[in-house]
Amino acid sequence: MRKILVASSCVLLAMGSASGLALAAKEKAKEAKKEAFKYEDPIGVVKIKPGQPIHIAYWFVVAGPDASLGTDTKRGVEIAIQDKGGKLLGHPIKLTGQDTGCNAEGGQAAATKLASDPTIVAAIGSNCSSEARPGAPILWKAGIPTVSPSNTAPYLTDPKRGPEYDGYLRTAHNDRVQGAVAAEFAIKKLGVKKAATIHDGSVYAEQLQAVFAETFKKLGGTITAQEAVAPTDTDMRPVLTKIATGKPEFIYYPIFIAAGGHITRQVKEVAGLEKVYLMGADGIFSPDFYKAAGEAAVGMFHSSPDFSAFAEGYKDFLEKHQKKYGEKPLAPFHAHAYDAAMMVFAAIEKVAKKAPDGTLYIGRKALRDALYATKNFKGITGTLSCDQYGDCADPRIAVYQTTEENVKKLVMPDKPFWKPY
Amino acid sequence: MAGPPPGLKPKHGESMPRKLLERFTATDLIMWLLGGGILALILAGSVATLSAGKYSLKHWIDFMVFGLAQGSIYALIALGYTMVYGVLRMINFAHSEVFMSGPYTAYFVAAFFHRSGLLDSHPVLSMFMVLLVSMATSTLVAYLLERIAYRPLRAAPRLVPLITAIGASFFLQYTFRGLYGSGFQAYPVVRTLERHWEILGVRILGFQVVVIIAAALMMGALYFFVQQTKMGKALRAVSEDKETAALMGINVDRMISMTFIIGGMAAGAAGVLYALMFKQVHFFMGFIPGIKAFTAAVLGGIGNIPGAMLGGIFLGFIESLGPSLFLDGLGIVAPYQLKDAIAFTMLVLVLIFRPTGILGERLAVKKA
Repeated sequence: MRKILVASSCVLLAMGSASGLALAAKEKAKEAKKEAFKYEDPIGVVKIKPGQPIHIAYWFVVAGPDASLGTDTKRGVEIAIQDKGGKLLGHPIKLTGQDTGCNAEGGQAAATKLASDPTIVAAIGSNCSSEARPGAPILWKAGIPTVSPSNTAPYLTDPKRGPEYDGYLRTAHNDRVQGAVAAEFAIKKLGVKKAATIHDGSVYAEQLQAVFAETFKKLGGTITAQEAVAPTDTDMRPVLTKIATGKPEFIYYPIFIAAGGHITRQVKEVAGLEKVYLMGADGIFSPDFYKAAGEAAVGMFHSSPDFSAFAEGYKDFLEKHQKKYGEKPLAPFHAHAYDAAMMVFAAIEKVAKKAPDGTLYIGRKALRDALYATKNFKGITGTLSCDQYGDCADPRIAVYQTTEENVKKLVMPDKPFWKPY
Repeated sequence: MAGPPPGLKPKHGESMPRKLLERFTATDLIMWLLGGGILALILAGSVATLSAGKYSLKHWIDFMVFGLAQGSIYALIALGYTMVYGVLRMINFAHSEVFMSGPYTAYFVAAFFHRSGLLDSHPVLSMFMVLLVSMATSTLVAYLLERIAYRPLRAAPRLVPLITAIGASFFLQYTFRGLYGSGFQAYPVVRTLERHWEILGVRILGFQVVVIIAAALMMGALYFFVQQTKMGKALRAVSEDKETAALMGINVDRMISMTFIIGGMAAGAAGVLYALMFKQVHFFMGFIPGIKAFTAAVLGGIGNIPGAMLGGIFLGFIESLGPSLFLDGLGIVAPYQLKDAIAFTMLVLVLIFRPTGILGERLAVKKA
């Protein structure tokens, strides 16, 4: 009995090793085949068989209170795909996505999910800077470069940001520009001397108000308070009462829709703030904000990309948008998203190689390098050139004022009120 | 045997100083030190703020009025938590969605009145209608919640309905999201309430007056109902001992349904007051006020109706006054970001010194 067992296990072993050998031989044959077509990349190569789609992922905030921001950018990407005819190098383009919730946890979760999918070639996102801060390094660890259409916090492309952000680029402006424009506007156009700021603890708002305060002080103004609220707060009257003790003439709150709406509504109810100028930034430049703030938004200012300075193609884009979705864009970053997608497509076209059997090879490091090498790219937001930290935008920021008409019809003002240039 | 399991009964009546000393452990010492530390910080901060003189008396009164209005809303929501706990010994986590369902549904009525101009021409009548719709919706949701999600599980272990409550909360949230969409809806502004009065230099806003008075009236009515009416008596009997109450001829199921109905009515009313104050509704709006109201209920002593009212108003005050009073003096920048942290620290503080909440003990003695 035992002998049989031993013998049979010997046989099994022999068979096993034989098949192992056979496998090794097959592997060798495969390698030999590869020898003929060599494509190497230090991080990894995405192979796409003929007929298989090129997988691009978005990570935007497409649900919840800030959904307008994500929906707007998602539509920009979809129109870019449509303009490409849905195909890239003969492969269909597949777009999937994750919701990011406009907070760090959501960004991390979305990036982790995307990073676990090896078919994803590149990502477009995120929307809110707080999402990108934990999310971008996770994607880059998986070798997925990401281009953001709407992150504006200076940190993300700061020289001190660290190598984990090497796969990160953006077509949105850097808030170093936006914060400075707001401060210049307050001092030069409105002639105010005392300003207060409110942020919500997010990377975006915190850094934007810091740039504003810095520039405002440099231009000779005084900052009476730099307050903060939580994004979920509803009762802003206490914090506004505190701000009122400093008697500011101007309040700058570059935050998001929910909290921004509450501040706008409640400001006039607080003694001492009835005549104060209000200014927000691109994060609340959306019809949804008018819904949240109501008539209280009339007369307030926003800094946002200057649509009138956009390139020729923007008009076409708006027509396509109207045709496809039956409405005007919902937030300011649809064109940046379109450019981000086009930039990714151009980079893929540049680095992808077709093997004799029709399989498409895309090197992850090569793709990232190609994205960073983007120079004089004609987009619809302007001419994009990426610097060594991934800032690609051609930033032109203007200031808009909301009229009664805007709030009633829920459309954004389209003519700038003031331009710095 | 009825009521809570024996192990959970609070031990009372044997508190002699000597025994107290015997029971005093290292944990107690640490807790007391922690509590003392927080108290010392609060006192130091308050003294520093007050001596800096940045805020005038007018500002403090402003803060208190804001706090009172916000606190009344917390109190009304907290009633629902505390009554359900009092009767069923469970935390109804779906109560925040009961709160959301009312004003979100009533929004469509309010928007219709606004479009037709009725809101401006007959503000009292139309607000009453809005209130009615909101209360009816919340009540219906609360009633169905009890019938469908909780009643079949009444005999199950205590954790089971708790988890069900969380599941029901998500279910309701996303049902309403599916029904009304994920965006914001802005409540129309009631022109009559947009005025304000200056009383001795203090500004009182129209809707603050309405919110505070309406909340006080409703709490008064509820207290009267529970304490003075026959049905209130039956309710209290069920809360004390279900089996005995049943033996006395009280329909326990009906009383439990009643508890949910009253909680739903209070939540629906609180929802309209909330919408008057903040003028925004969306499907997720119940979450934060719900958590805060739950905190208020625990703070006041869960299961105790006056406790919930007191806890809500206390929490409103702390949130409004706390950041300026405690943290400003300590030199903390942007203290309002820490509003929630202060609210929950106060909860910890109260629970260290009074584990049953502010008014919890009397009730616990009665129930033990």
